[in-house]
This record gives sequence, structure tokens and C-alpha cells, in this order.
Amino acid sequence: MRIPETPPPGPFRPGFWRSPLRGPWLASFLGVLLLPLLTVVALTGWISHNAYRPDLGHNLPYASGGDFLPLVHLPEGSPSWIYALTQGLHVNVGLVAIPLVLAKLWSVIPRLFTWPPARSTVTAAERLSSLLLVGSILFELATGVLNIEVYYAWHFNFVRAHYYGAWVFVASLAVHVAIKLSTVRSAFRTRGALRPLRDGLADTEPEPYEDGGLVSPRPAEPTMSRRALVAAAAGGSLALLLVNVGESVGGPLRRFALLAPRGRVYGTGPNAFPINRTAEASGVSVLAADPGWRLQVTGARTVIVSRGGLLEMAQHTESLPIACVEGWSTTQSWTGVRLADLARLCGVNGPATLTVSSFQVHGPFRQATFGADQVADPRSLLALRVGGVDISLDHGYPARVVVPGAPGVHCTKWVGTMIFTELA
Amino acid sequence: MSHSSVGSPRRLSRTRGRPSWQLAAHVASFALAIYAFSRIFAGGHVENYLAWFVGAALLHDLVLLPVYSALDRAFGSSLARAGSRQRFVNHVRVPALISGLLMLVYFPLILGLSSRTYTNATGHHPSDYLRNWLLITAAVFMLSGGIWVLRRIRGR
Repeated sequence: MRIPETPPPGPFRPGFWRSPLRGPWLASFLGVLLLPLLTVVALTGWISHNAYRPDLGHNLPYASGGDFLPLVHLPEGSPSWIYALTQGLHVNVGLVAIPLVLAKLWSVIPRLFTWPPARSTVTAAERLSSLLLVGSILFELATGVLNIEVYYAWHFNFVRAHYYGAWVFVASLAVHVAIKLSTVRSAFRTRGALRPLRDGLADTEPEPYEDGGLVSPRPAEPTMSRRALVAAAAGGSLALLLVNVGESVGGPLRRFALLAPRGRVYGTGPNAFPINRTAEASGVSVLAADPGWRLQVTGARTVIVSRGGLLEMAQHTESLPIACVEGWSTTQSWTGVRLADLARLCGVNGPATLTVSSFQVHGPFRQATFGADQVADPRSLLALRVGGVDISLDHGYPARVVVPGAPGVHCTKWVGTMIFTELA
Repeated sequence: MSHSSVGSPRRLSRTRGRPSWQLAAHVASFALAIYAFSRIFAGGHVENYLAWFVGAALLHDLVLLPVYSALDRAFGSSLARAGSRQRFVNHVRVPALISGLLMLVYFPLILGLSSRTYTNATGHHPSDYLRNWLLITAAVFMLSGGIWVLRRIRGR
């Protein structure tokens, strides 16, 4: 069957699209705004993936095929707030990108209805590439946003799909940028990179019409300038940042994060900071409150320690963040025993990895494995107290791990066993 | 295709067809995408994943964009008919956009769709998101209206 040359009525006809603002300059300008933002989101996403140390134990909630790219990772001995920063950037810059992505898609929507759909193999490949680009950015933004709001409306594994979804996005974006570079260059050369932003409504005119291009063949009267359109999108970005960023910065800013999932502080006292999964929801309320709790530490030998025994060991206080992959973080003053001291307690003196297990029965993150550098880091603690008082049940009583630069879910709560494995 | 920009042969191949490296670049990116998809599919729930991937694009392109465009046209033209100044439209448009955007991003919390997992995670019921969204919506409309009034006063 031959595809007719004349497009069917409706959006496939160029005259359907009437906005006088659409054109190569606007699409280029929005693309240039987005590129650095999306680069930050991709890089921090990669950093986060590697901060989970997918090469160790069962640190990812799915079988990692050994294909992680260790290209972008946090150097050993980074400041303790580094993951709070990178993941705060990942989530907040991702949110900031949303209005610009929507504006960008609006600016190129006539392309979706190109007629005929494909003229050649190359144009067919281009259409497919666009589907991958648009599908993957929308998928990444949608699943990322819903995940930070703990709204799991899907059946697939989020970590797996969001991570490999990013591969699809980065691959299709790289090709898109390479191909469109000349379009951007020529749009900026002929119209100026910023000059169209100077025009008010009265001076706003359509870009020169080109057959098969983005400019409408019968543009309507403008009702807003390009400057106003860009400002409106940027205003949306600013609004999203303002209602969310407080949960990442923490402190007094947290309560100004009016729509942030973790923009709330409940209760008072040193334990009044955000938690992730309550003791009740994790089914550990009874065991955690049991005075008969003992920690099992295994290395060259196995040692059983009570909470009182741990408190008799050398206590160290460190200011460390709990930094969640969902982008929120909270920095607290933790007191407890150094992981390195616990290694020595069970006869491990050389470099060793550590697998910490919670006595929580269910949950994908009831266990975490740390690298030898993290175990040896003097800031890494098995925390017993926070802000000068015992940590609460919800924060992991009787004991929880706090490791600088590790994702929050790896700072295992309600610790039951610790196994040190000396490196060969 | 433009017929006015026919120049050097190189120019011609750029406008009429596509440089040949582009097809190679597409193929390379498809290969990487296929690998990534295979890693996702290895986790099962293939239909569910595809529904989300394709659904996100369809929902945006064929529902969200047409709906907000139609709303914009409907309200924009009725405001214009009401004889208000052209610029006033944008003083409704921008706050409506911000309010809509916040709803689009935070609807699970605002509408309480993730109440159970939220309560499990935080220990508290997500109760004040709807109120906050309404307050922000009121604030941005008032701010925008205030700016419009100021502009009119200064314009006279």
C-alpha cells in the first residue's frame, strides 16, 4: 500500500500548527538550556548507581550483570556530604528540567506529525530515534518523580528500569545533539543566541518560513513574546525548585519545602528528623525494643556484644548525613563505635569488606555491603546515639550503621549481624 | 525540503539527504538501547515496562499537550473576547501553568494516592499537601494579579 503524498487533515497538515513562536531558534534555545541540566542529572545518576557499590555483595535490588560503568564514582575520602550533594542535584535539577522538557516538546510537536511518516531508511531511523529520546526522557522523569513520592504505580523493578532507561536516554540524546548541532549553530548565527529574547510582544514575529520546518505556514498573532515563554518555563522550574529543595538542604529550610515528600518534621527533640520506613512498617518493633538484643560480629572469630558492651567501647561522635536516593537528606551528630574498631574486635586487622544485616525480615535493603575503604574510614560508625540521646526505634535502635557518602538505604537500621571479610 | 538553499554539493547532501555518518550514529545508539532494554526485560514485567515507556510518550503527545493547548485556546480567546488587554492573558496563563505543573509533578501526594507507602515510610499521613497546593495556587494568582495592577498603574 502506498502512503498518499497529501497529508490527512488535522495535525499532519503544517497549517494546523499556528503558534508564531515555534521555529528553529526557540527549539535550539530550549535545547541549549536543557543540555547542561540533563548532563548533571545523568552524571549524578551514574554517581549514585556506583555509590551503591554494585560490585559488592547484593547491594542492588536485582542481579547486576557486572556491566556497571565505574566511570563516574565518588573518590575515596570524599567529604561526608558528597552523596547528599550529588543526589540532591540529581533530584532537584531533574525537577527543574521538567518544565523545560515540556516547553521543548511543545516547540517541536509538529515534527511528530511529519508527513509522510518516513521517506527513507534514514528518516525512519530518525523517527525511531526520536521515539527513544522522547520516550526515555519522559519515562525517566515520570518514574523518578513518582519514586521520590513513594508512589510505586508499576510492577517492574524501579532501580533496574530507571538505570538502564538512562542508557537509552543518553544514547539517543548523544546522537540527537550531534545531529542538531548544525541546526543550533545556524539558528544562533542568523538570529543571535540571545537576541530574540530582547523582543517584547510588539516586536515578536515568526521566524522565516521553511518548507517542512517548525515555523507555521500561517502563523497566528502572537499573544506572548519568546522572552515571556522562556520566562514562564523558567518560572515553572523555579517553582518546582522552591517547593522541593528544602528537603535536600535541610535545617530551617525544610519546612518551606511545601510539596516535598520529606519536607515535614514530626515531633521534637534530637530524633525529630525524617525517617525512611518506620519500625512498625518494617515489622521490627518488638525485636528492637527487646533488652535481650545482642549484636553478632564475625571476622576471624565471632563475638556477641550487648548494647551495654558496645557503649563501653571507645565512643566517637561524627556529623554525618543520611542522604536518600530520593534526594532528601538530614545531617545529624551520631555517636557510636567505629566500624574499624569492630573489625579489630573480631580479629580482623587488615583491609576487609563488611556485610551488615538488619534483623528486619523483609525488605530489599535489609542488608548492605561496604568496601574496605568505607570500613577503614574513621568517620564510619555503628551509631548508638544521635544528638546526645539514644537513637529512636524508627531511626534504628538498638544500633544502625552510618557511613559517609553511602546512600541512605545502606545505612542499615536495626543491625543484627556484621560480617567482616578480609581481602585476600 | 527547501529548494532555495541549493549550493555546493556538500550543502545539497545536508539539506536533501542526511550525511551518511548519521545512519551509523543511529545504528550505534540503537545497539546500546537494545542492550539496555534486554537488561530491563531480564527483570520481567516486559508488558508493564513497555506500557510505561510508550505510554509516557503517547500520554504527553496525544493527551497532555492537546489538552493544555485546548484549555489555553479556550481561556485565552474568552479572555480576549471579554475585551481585556492582550497582556492580561499572560497574567492568568503563567500562574495557571505553575499551578498545573505542580499538580502534574506532585499529584500522588496532593491527591493522597500514595498514602499507605508514605505512611509506612515516614510514620505520618500525608495530610497537608492538598492545602499547600491550593495555597501556592492562590499565592501565584494573587502575585501575578498584583504585578498586572502595578503595570497598569505605571503604564498610565
